Amino acid sequence: MSVGKVTFTKVEREKLAEVLWLLNWISVVTGAILLGMGLFLKMEIQKWQEVMSEQGVLYVPHMLITTGLAACGINFLGGKICLDCADTNKFLRWKLVMMPYVICTFFFTACILAGALMCYNIRSELEESLFLGLRYSMLYYKDTDTPGRCYLKRMLDLLQIHFQCCGNTGYKDWFQIQWISYRYLDLRSMAVVDRLRNNVEGKFLMDSVPFSCCSPLSPRPCIQQQLNRPLAHFNFDQQSQHLNLWRKGCRQALLDHYTIIMQSISLIVLLIWLFELLVLTGVRYLQTAMENVIRVGDPESESEGWILENSLAETARSNFNIIKNLGKCYQVDNDPNINVPAMIAEQEIHSEQVQVQRTS
Amino acid sequence: MALMVVKFDLKKRVKLAQTVWFMYWFAVLAGILVLSLGLFFKIELRKRSELMDNNESHFLPNLLILMGLIACGINAFGGKVCYDSLDPVKFAKWKPMLKYFLVFCVCFNGLLLLTSLLCFLMRIPLQFTLAEGIKNGMRYYKDTDTPGRCYMKRTLDLMQMEFRCCGNDNFRDWFEIQWVSNRYLDFSAKEVKDRIGSNVDGQYLMDGVPFSCCNPSSPRPCIQYQMTNNSAHYSYDHYTEELNVWKKGCRDALLSYYGGIMNTIGALVVLVTMLEVAVTVGLQYVNSSLSTLANPEEVESESEGYLLEKTVKETFTDIMAKMKAMGKGGKVEEGGEEAVATVS
Repeated sequence: MSVGKVTFTKVEREKLAEVLWLLNWISVVTGAILLGMGLFLKMEIQKWQEVMSEQGVLYVPHMLITTGLAACGINFLGGKICLDCADTNKFLRWKLVMMPYVICTFFFTACILAGALMCYNIRSELEESLFLGLRYSMLYYKDTDTPGRCYLKRMLDLLQIHFQCCGNTGYKDWFQIQWISYRYLDLRSMAVVDRLRNNVEGKFLMDSVPFSCCSPLSPRPCIQQQLNRPLAHFNFDQQSQHLNLWRKGCRQALLDHYTIIMQSISLIVLLIWLFELLVLTGVRYLQTAMENVIRVGDPESESEGWILENSLAETARSNFNIIKNLGKCYQVDNDPNINVPAMIAEQEIHSEQVQVQRTS
Repeated sequence: MALMVVKFDLKKRVKLAQTVWFMYWFAVLAGILVLSLGLFFKIELRKRSELMDNNESHFLPNLLILMGLIACGINAFGGKVCYDSLDPVKFAKWKPMLKYFLVFCVCFNGLLLLTSLLCFLMRIPLQFTLAEGIKNGMRYYKDTDTPGRCYMKRTLDLMQMEFRCCGNDNFRDWFEIQWVSNRYLDFSAKEVKDRIGSNVDGQYLMDGVPFSCCNPSSPRPCIQYQMTNNSAHYSYDHYTEELNVWKKGCRDALLSYYGGIMNTIGALVVLVTMLEVAVTVGLQYVNSSLSTLANPEEVESESEGYLLEKTVKETFTDIMAKMKAMGKGGKVEEGGEEAVATVS
């Protein structure tokens, strides 16, 4: 009982081959799109990779890049095969390659689906990575003279300006770390010494934020210092406080940015997967139809194409048996090429007896 | 004695017509390119028209758009003529107006060259427009409650951050204007009263800049206030401090930005002009080679193609004579009428 049996006339077979050739070339283009999206995602992640604690997220764009390259190659070959399949003689050239090709494409299509699902699920891993990464960047903000960390101040300032955010969760995160280097603190001044002594760890903490947290949308010049004391500033009411700095945390801003990119990419990849599945089904039908034509022997006749020759359960069972038998050693009983004289003598006597019975 | 004569047989004529037709299609694309460049430049000017007092001249982008449209039209028509030139019957349709079309093409090419020259020269008026506009913008920075000017602060802040500049010529321009609104000044405080009292116009001036002037590449937190007072900040010397705020003035920054755009557009228009000249020359050869056929029905025969029918000097004198004749045309007629009158 075949799965998805369809009968094809000669004309229909040729039409199918032509359509599949075209679809395969479109698939090469979609493969290139996949590659492009992988490269784009890789560049976006690398732009802000200093605020991510680990680069594990990079496996998603790498997966997309390899799948895109594989798609281009497989579909290019598929196009060539489908073009030749219209003619029975040329099909014989590809006959042995077709089945492995179909299996390969099936697994490759599964990879595309896996890629799409990975993009969708990356959010929680990314959030963790960003939380830790931003915390370390803020801690090392003041270390502009330490090699390996001297660029963190500039990068964090540009990040806050570009994504319109401040701090990790909010602007108050800056109150808990020392973001002014000791080089710029007058350690002889009483105010500074008092503040340092007040802190358990000897850090210079203030209720102020860097300039990059300032919002240009505020109607008044930016207030960066003494943010916990609104009365220290003239006419610093609730609304002014609300508009003064960026309210969003940088972790949330970056997460939103990457989530939008990843979701759009995963949607496009899902559409590409559906398209590849369609092409794969068409190739399978073409393969089975051409094989059946050769089996019948008449190139002009109708033939049947199917997805699976037997039902799903039977196919699974037979494949399972094949895999089981792959592991078994050489079976002496069944192989006629092994020299077992006693067996052959017995068979010859038996066949002679049969012949004598027939002639008589 | 024609200028730059080339002999053509049928095969060569067909090849020429095909090549020129192909080039005309490239020229149509070039016309679309000029059109889109004009649109792009217009949008860029519009984006920052607040900083130019809404006074900026849109002459150049409008001219580019117009030239682009005319180029598309001319080149499409020329392509059609070239395509038809392979068939004598169809070509006979276009033959009478081809001379005027070619003259029009030559004039258009001259105008295109003039446009490209303008692209390089328009930098100068833009400089003055920008200087005036930014100066006024800085004056209205504090007026975030005045309708019509309430977005000036945001525009200036975003511009200073995007173009990495501060003030008009440099950051000291901010010292000369009051950029803090009176609404946020505590007039009961002694310090405020002193400062306003010591200024002739009663303005609150200070040696500070807005936060958007700060340079993120600075190793220390940004020093925006009391910038000229070395003792107000630890280990600070305002004479040698390079990285604290942006050194460049916004007028220079914007000018180099727009200058870059205009130079690129000018260079591309020069290339388009060269392409147009080439297709015009090609069409002239097609036209002349077909018109010198001894017998129009005999397509196989040889013919000559030329750039100009007579030499440059003779063509020039011809044109001058024609123009003089056109000018005298009225007088000759009157004279004739009088002669007739006296005779009769």
